[in-house]
Amino acid sequence: MSQKRESAIVGIHEYPKRYAPDVSAMDIKAISIKAALDDAGLSWSDIDGLYDAQDGEGGGGLGLAAYLGIKPTVIDTTSVGGSSYEFHTAHAMRDIASGKCNVAVLSYGSKAASLRTPIGTGGVSGGGNWQANMEASYGQTLISNYAMVAHRHMHEYGTTSEQLAQISVSTRHHAMRNPQAVQAMTDLQFEGIGEITVEDVLDSRVIADPLHLLECCMVSDGGGALIIVSKEIAEKTNKPPVWLLGSGEATKYRENGGDITTSAGAQSAPIAFSEAGVSPSEIDIAMVYDSFSITVAVCLEDLGFCAKGEAGSYIGDGKLRYDQPGGPALNTDGGGLSSNHPGMRGLFLLLESVRQLRGESTSQVENAKLAVAHGNGGLLGGNHTGGTIILAAD
Amino acid sequence: MPDRSMPQFPEPDTSPFWESVKNEQLSYQQCNVCNTVVFYPRYACSSCGSGELVWKDSKGEGEIYTYSVVRQNRNPAFADLGAYVLAYVDLDEGFRMMTNVVGIKNPLTDIKIGQRVKVKFEKQESGEFPVPVFELI
Ligand SMILES: [Zn+2]
Repeated sequence: MSQKRESAIVGIHEYPKRYAPDVSAMDIKAISIKAALDDAGLSWSDIDGLYDAQDGEGGGGLGLAAYLGIKPTVIDTTSVGGSSYEFHTAHAMRDIASGKCNVAVLSYGSKAASLRTPIGTGGVSGGGNWQANMEASYGQTLISNYAMVAHRHMHEYGTTSEQLAQISVSTRHHAMRNPQAVQAMTDLQFEGIGEITVEDVLDSRVIADPLHLLECCMVSDGGGALIIVSKEIAEKTNKPPVWLLGSGEATKYRENGGDITTSAGAQSAPIAFSEAGVSPSEIDIAMVYDSFSITVAVCLEDLGFCAKGEAGSYIGDGKLRYDQPGGPALNTDGGGLSSNHPGMRGLFLLLESVRQLRGESTSQVENAKLAVAHGNGGLLGGNHTGGTIILAAD
Repeated sequence: MPDRSMPQFPEPDTSPFWESVKNEQLSYQQCNVCNTVVFYPRYACSSCGSGELVWKDSKGEGEIYTYSVVRQNRNPAFADLGAYVLAYVDLDEGFRMMTNVVGIKNPLTDIKIGQRVKVKFEKQESGEFPVPVFELI
């Protein structure tokens, strides 16, 4: 294989609780970092690269290293919404390749559920800048922004709510196999914790037309951490390394005459696949940011699993489940729809990719060799970022 | 929607837009160097970087590019409103703006992508500016 294998994920931890009123986000980050280091067989003092999306109380570029008591030689505080962790991974890959650091740590902690943060329906516009001053008067919510993408996708390509609902159905099937996801739905007081049907999705109330409640991710507490190391260190860690083969970064935004049905992923994915030297048809696991059903549909197209406009029929074929042939398994941990969404889900896309490529998933795809983690941060129908990472089993 | 959130000033890029709105005129920028239509308002041309953007008056007509009927918003200004239409409208002069489409009897059935719309300047109960919204033509 001609692929470059210069850095790998060797330690992971997903904070198990989705409702955690008695800890801080900083606690969640520190607990997760320690557990991820233990998973790898590395120690606190090995950390020399710190990547952070500036979450956590009194953390970020000035606070997190101080809280942890470490002195990293790389500090990267890229904060681009839910895809921040794909961006961090991309940056850690090149920082390690250039010798700037050897043990990179990414962490995330959030209290979105216990603080009752109204992420989806609280309105996204503040005021007083070039963009907010043009949008603040119109009552845009985060969900309605994504819903505008869904309507345009339906208009241009004939995509239906029945087709989009399949994403929620498949993801819930995976969630029911994941004890942490079942506990999450229990702790967050979901109505009806069990398998769902397309009819269940369509019968759930509409939050912002055409998106139904069961097409929207949960709001949870949570977090996690992962450790990326150089090839030399990867040879000495506890578990088989998961190699990082390629990365791509992009941004997209509202443009005069622009196509809202194409995301930043259309730019980031080809860069990542090209660097990795693999094609979408070789991918076993697709961890795609499922803030909403439409996000997955658009990103499956932009990642190259089907042509633009064909996600509806692609999804409708039932390919998304872990035990179905014909395409990669989607969000085998249960996704943001049914397992974990504390606000920035990008980290969990990488964690489940690693579990699959180690053979540790609760919905394990047999002999999984290649995964893609694609984060979408911000607003799909407005300013957003796309970060694509290609991962390979040892 | 009698009492919408207002733009906040000082904010130099968007101030001329809202001063025009006070006079019930929808305006946009165009580059004097490369003719690119620029919106939202800003300092530099998004195609060539030139600072020579000139303000133009829009006729205020265009079509719905996409929309969503919002059923739930916890923002107090919108919470009690019932279903309302958030939309991107493509103006005939070539710019796309976020807005609301108002005056529709049943937003769940009576609105479609591609419908022609015209700007209306909606007076507010409080706040300095009217707000440009759109009605079906
Ligand atoms: Zn220009």
